[in-house]
Amino acid sequence: MTETTLATPKARPGTIPGLRGIAADWASDQRAFKNVSWGKAMMWIFLLSDTFIFSCFLLSYMTARMSTTVPWPNPSEVFALNIGGQHIPLILIAIMTFILISSSGTMAMAVNFGYRRDRVKTAALMLATAAFGATFVGMQAFEWTKLIMEGVRPWGNPWGAPQFGACFFMITGFHGTHVTIGVIFLIAIARKVLRGDFDVERRGFFTSRKGYYEIVEIMGLYWHFVDLVWVFIFAFFYLW
Amino acid sequence: MTEAAVHVEGQAAQHALHSYVHGAVASGAAHAEGQQHPIKLYLVVWGWLFVLSTCSYLVDYFGIHGHLRWSLILLFMVLKAGLIVAVFMHMAWERLALAYAILLPPVLVLVFVGIMMFESDYTHLLRVMFFASAS
Repeated sequence: MTETTLATPKARPGTIPGLRGIAADWASDQRAFKNVSWGKAMMWIFLLSDTFIFSCFLLSYMTARMSTTVPWPNPSEVFALNIGGQHIPLILIAIMTFILISSSGTMAMAVNFGYRRDRVKTAALMLATAAFGATFVGMQAFEWTKLIMEGVRPWGNPWGAPQFGACFFMITGFHGTHVTIGVIFLIAIARKVLRGDFDVERRGFFTSRKGYYEIVEIMGLYWHFVDLVWVFIFAFFYLW
Repeated sequence: MTEAAVHVEGQAAQHALHSYVHGAVASGAAHAEGQQHPIKLYLVVWGWLFVLSTCSYLVDYFGIHGHLRWSLILLFMVLKAGLIVAVFMHMAWERLALAYAILLPPVLVLVFVGIMMFESDYTHLLRVMFFASAS
C-alpha cells in the first residue's frame, strides 16, 4: 500500500486549503492530487488533451472562415427545417442541444445515486443517458443525410465557401464519434452496476478494485465533457 | 485459530472504515464517499442549462446581429460551460491543485486564437489583393 497507488485516497488531515494549498500540493516528493484517485485524475488529464484536439478543430474552422473571400453559408438557414408547413431556423440543432443537456442531467443524478449505492436507480439513469445519447447520434445522422442530399461535400456546397463542408463534417463527426463511444461505455458500465459487480468486487474491467462506485463518476466526467464540447460547437459553429 | 484471526482483522477494518467516514463527515468534506450533493442542486443546474440554451437559441431566432449577438452568444456559452464544469463535473469541490492544473492550460488556447486571427487576416488580405479580382 504505497501512497502513490491508492485507488481511493482519503483526504489527509494535514492538507492546506486555498492558494497556499496549490504550492503545498505540488511541492515535492508527493502526489499532487491529494484526494483524487488516479482513475479520476487520468480522466481529467485525458479530457484536457481532448480539449486541445477540439480547440484545434474549432481554431482551423475559425481560420478558414476568417480568411475566405467567399461568403460563409448562413447556418441559421442551412440547418432550418420545415415542420408542419412552418420554416423554423436551426430547430434541429436546438432540439439536439436540449437532448444532450438532458442526458447530462440524468448522468449527474446517476453519479449521485451511485455513491448512495442505489444500484437500480443508477443503472436506470445511466441507461436513460445512453438513450438520450443514441437519440442525439440518430439526429446527427439525419442531419448529415439531409446535408449530403442537398449537395454538401467536404470540398464544396451550393451556398458559399467550400470549406464549410470540411469544417462541418470534421467537427460534428468527431463530436458524434465521442458521443457514440460514450453510449457504448455507458451501457457497459450500467450493465456492471445493475449486476452488482461493484458491490461484490467481481473481477473484470473497472470493477475489481473496490466496492466503490467511482467509475460512474469517471464515466460521468467523460459524458459531461461531451456535452461541454457541444456547448462550444453550438456557439461557434451553429450560432456564429 | 485462523478464523479468529480473520474475525479480528475484519473488525479492525470495519473500525478503520467507520472512523474514516466519521472523520470525513466531521471535517465537512464533500468526499465522505465520493461526491455527495443533494439531487435538487442538479435539477436546478439542469433547469438553468435549459434556460440558457433557450436564450442562445432565441438570439438566433430573433435574428439579433452585430456586437450584441456575439456578446450574448459568448455570455450564454461561458455560463453554460461554467455550470457544467463546476457542478456536473464537481470541479467546484475539488482541491485547487487539480482545478488549476486542468482549467488553466485551456486558457492558453486564447493565445493560439490570437495568433490565428492575425494569420487569417493576413491571408484574407492577400486573397483580396491578388485573387479576388480575378474571379
